[in-house]
Amino acid sequence: MSAAPQKAKAGAEKIEVVVSAIVPLNDLVTRFEFTRRDGLPFPPFSAGAHTVVEMQDEGRTRLNPYSLMSDPADQSVYAISVRRDDEGRGGSLYMHRNVKLGDVMTITFPVNLFPLDLRGRKHVFLAGGIGITPFMAMIAHLERMGGAWELHYACRSKALGSYADELTRRYPNKVHVYYDDQDQAIALADLLDGQPLGTHVYVCGPAGMIKWVHDTAAVHGWPDENVHSEEFLAPQPGKPFEVRLCKSDITIQVGEHESLLEAMERCGVDAPFLCRGGACGQCETDVVEAEGEFVHRDHWLDEDDHASGKKIMPCVSRFVGTTLVLDR
Amino acid sequence: MTIQFNKETFRDDYSFRNSDRAIKRFPFPFHEDSYMYSVNMEQHRGGPAGSVFEMRFDVDEHYVSEMEDRALVLAEDPLRCQSLPHMTLAGWDTLELIMVSKSEDYPDLFELHRDGDNWRWINKPMGIDHSFTFLDETTLPCGPLEYITRQAQGDFAVLDQRGDMLYMDAGMVTTQADWSLDFDIGMDFFEWHAPVPLAHEMGIFKRALKFLLNIQQGAPARRLNWTMTVNPLLDTSPENYHKWGVQKTTLTPENIGAKQHLRVELQTFYRLPRSNALLFPIRCYLIAFQDLVTIPKWGRRLHRVIRDLPEELATYKGFIDNRPMMLDYLSQFDDGLPTSPGVWPDLDTEPPLQK
Amino acid sequence: MSKFKFPESIRSRPVYGTLKPRPGKGHLMIADAEGAEALLDLAAQDTGMFRKAHIIFIPKATGDTYVDRLRALEPAQFYIGPSYEASVPRIRRVLSDAHMGLQVYLAGTEGLMGQAQNEAMNAGIPHTAIQTEHRGSVARRMQCVHCKGITEDVMTDPFVCSHCGLNLFVRDHYSRRLAAFQGVCIDAEDPGNVPEPVELYK
Repeated sequence: MSAAPQKAKAGAEKIEVVVSAIVPLNDLVTRFEFTRRDGLPFPPFSAGAHTVVEMQDEGRTRLNPYSLMSDPADQSVYAISVRRDDEGRGGSLYMHRNVKLGDVMTITFPVNLFPLDLRGRKHVFLAGGIGITPFMAMIAHLERMGGAWELHYACRSKALGSYADELTRRYPNKVHVYYDDQDQAIALADLLDGQPLGTHVYVCGPAGMIKWVHDTAAVHGWPDENVHSEEFLAPQPGKPFEVRLCKSDITIQVGEHESLLEAMERCGVDAPFLCRGGACGQCETDVVEAEGEFVHRDHWLDEDDHASGKKIMPCVSRFVGTTLVLDR
Repeated sequence: MTIQFNKETFRDDYSFRNSDRAIKRFPFPFHEDSYMYSVNMEQHRGGPAGSVFEMRFDVDEHYVSEMEDRALVLAEDPLRCQSLPHMTLAGWDTLELIMVSKSEDYPDLFELHRDGDNWRWINKPMGIDHSFTFLDETTLPCGPLEYITRQAQGDFAVLDQRGDMLYMDAGMVTTQADWSLDFDIGMDFFEWHAPVPLAHEMGIFKRALKFLLNIQQGAPARRLNWTMTVNPLLDTSPENYHKWGVQKTTLTPENIGAKQHLRVELQTFYRLPRSNALLFPIRCYLIAFQDLVTIPKWGRRLHRVIRDLPEELATYKGFIDNRPMMLDYLSQFDDGLPTSPGVWPDLDTEPPLQK
Repeated sequence: MSKFKFPESIRSRPVYGTLKPRPGKGHLMIADAEGAEALLDLAAQDTGMFRKAHIIFIPKATGDTYVDRLRALEPAQFYIGPSYEASVPRIRRVLSDAHMGLQVYLAGTEGLMGQAQNEAMNAGIPHTAIQTEHRGSVARRMQCVHCKGITEDVMTDPFVCSHCGLNLFVRDHYSRRLAAFQGVCIDAEDPGNVPEPVELYK
């Protein structure tokens, strides 16, 4: 037993996988299936978990989190569905354009920041677009273990309604699909009214939808504990800025299209991280000195922390100013 | 690996004894000559061969007797093992983790044969050979958590993780250092630690919670905790305190070497896969003072740690009244020589007692 | 009745607040004795909410003092119970049919609030969503950690367990599940040496 705590490697444990299937579902969404390179079974996971997929894109390492949509009890395959984002940072484009059947890739052990509340008497799922993916795993779990659930799935159009047909066919009484282009919308207030005590609501979709659900539930007297959401924040671009890392004794430049965390990694700093989306707290870094303004984009630090200027979450947040010195 | 299992008691006649091997591999918790709380976590990924850190769930010479003592405690008080209804899945995760780990780490003692969900578990030291269906409670004599922890040394707390907080929602607690599962079950991390002095103000629990919330599958962690017990009594529960408390007053300068025990908890932390809960095994090791001081460095160090420990800690750990007598005894084994950093005995380099 | 200021204590010791109106589909209010005053204070903040309120009131020693004033709030349902125990079947029936959006307000003694909170939690409402306000007696429900029996209305430290007769000291360590504080044998290490009981909070 050492005197000082050992430093754990940044990120979750990794698994080498082989791409075993690539299934385009529609114009925007493609499913990728993985099997383990060593042939062993995958670890079982809890529904709602995601994996971080590593992509080597012309010398640049990209790490993107994707919800695991496969049945958590099926240890032979992990499946994710990726929505192509032409305006994005390039991760989804890489997946759609560069990944081929049989490719060897590295993904992490599952990490769950969006679990089911197993005490729940009933689970209501609200999905927007690609937000359907974690619910595929949750539905598989509840069907296997027994549990009341219902899905309300908002899609742009029938053509872009990934898995909508399959879900309505398998569970006609529990799945409701709403097509934007037919002016259909989830009647949220009606839906929330009359749910039995102990119902939990889960929303996964665009930021606006998430806010709408939280706000509506609050107005209707729902406790915040019963409303769960997951939103993968992609780091937003911003003005480049300079950072002095006093522990590593280097000064780095954070480019416009890379996050502070990515810049540190690019410069060889082994900074801790886990979800890379501003939610888990693992990358929390102390600020030694700062002259300027913080652009906090995370969901981890509280208001006081944000205001104090003493902490920053490098995976998604940025800085504008003349001096920033971090304890890294 | 063959282990010679002791036939011994942890109550009544207290026939518990540590062999030489057990003494040398004892998890001495102090890496320096003083002690204060810290979030002293490290990865739980093996350790030196033969050490208590090597295997995932350490099995030693006390295994069979400890499980017999557990069975006695449970017969007397079934409330020592409880599981809130939503924690059954976590119980299965725990059963799988312990069965897989033990059958892989100690193949001569444990076997696990799996054919889909049809499992067969063989526990040779306890004479168990049982077939059951994984995830089907009706094929086990009791819940999965109780079933497997009746066959694993140490206490087990199973913590549900909800909304950036941990909740003690299930456990098997028969070798605890004075806390009640029946009372604490359902509490959150800060609440069940409420009685610990000083640590809250130091922010220890806030930091520890953040660390624990982020423990991931495949990356377990561990730390050591310690206290003192008079007689090798495993069941130092609040429930029975009105019976065992008085034993603290039976120490004399003549018997203290044999009766006063350092009690160390090897705490490990595992993320459970299907339930996303956190498993918190608390493995208890006991050593009599007279055995501990046969390791010269430990004798020197323990004296200094106990001497300089803040009063609130000695009070909370329950030995403030016996401290003077403990120091009288231990001072005989402290010759003032410097001690090497770290917890290991370092018998090759640390000189014998110079008194 | 003045509001008692509980001294600062350990993390497991419950801290009570002040009832405030919250948006909701219905309002379940359970109070005993002087807890009625907290409900009257709540009404002063928002009379309209009482149209959707169900009041369960146990007067205990306050007899008729608050009954008329509570009735005058014109709650949708109004029940006066002779004891908390007698009102439990009603509380459970109401909760079993309740829907998300039900707000729960508890006022009065710690014992009533702790037990009613448990009923609401068992029905699926998280305890953080349940409002509490202490009024009246500061007596505690104490669980004897040794025999598991609960002794009601404890006002001294130490006290005698009403089930097994051990002398117990009063801890601030509190279990929501049991709605009780913990009592531990005070003379285990020196049998017979029991200090004179002192009134709580003095």
